[in-house]
Amino acid sequence: MTIEVKFFASLRERVGHSDLQLEPAGITTVTDVWQQCTREAMPANVLMAVNLEYVQSGHPVHDGDEVAFFPPVTGG
Amino acid sequence: MQIEITTDPISPWQRLDSYQQQMPGLVGKVGASAVFVGSMRDFNEDESISAMRLEHYPAMTLKYLQDLVNQTMQQWSLLDVLLLHRVGEVTPGDTIVLVAVWSAHRAEAFAACRHLMEELKSRAPFWKQETLREGGRRWVGKNTPG
Repeated sequence: MTIEVKFFASLRERVGHSDLQLEPAGITTVTDVWQQCTREAMPANVLMAVNLEYVQSGHPVHDGDEVAFFPPVTGG
Repeated sequence: MQIEITTDPISPWQRLDSYQQQMPGLVGKVGASAVFVGSMRDFNEDESISAMRLEHYPAMTLKYLQDLVNQTMQQWSLLDVLLLHRVGEVTPGDTIVLVAVWSAHRAEAFAACRHLMEELKSRAPFWKQETLREGGRRWVGKNTPG
């Protein structure tokens, strides 16, 4: 199993990734996922979700989870 | 209840008409219908906009909207909800979103329609990227307050 990571919109362009797969070793929280995928500090306004639900950066991440990072939403 | 995210153009009044014709069981029970239609402008923040691209996170968007509509229907005892949202390439004048609610009384219809729109705009994972008439593209950083 792996952890599936997704980036959307301006954040996808900023970090240079759309989809990534991570080995779960060494990953405990959403912050750990961000740090393994990018070379920069997490911007203050980034929103994040685990398995399609909004979470905070300290939320636990497990093998098989889908983790997403995205900027403030602008639909409607 | 129907929720649809589509790349096809939305004709809001035709969609409303055909949807209402499929809810004969509610005739005589509905006392109030509230509708919001949001469409694309050709200006934003003092810039002229020629087109826009709407991106979303498909699985999360659908789940978020389903949960939101279910919770809203319970909170305001709604009889039915229709929610349509466009994604992909759009041009000025195109309908982006349609929210329609049906209830027994107007207070619930007005409040629930407003609630659905405000929650959608602040939490549903959609993003807009504008094409400027002068050239270039830019992501919309935040929605204007309701």
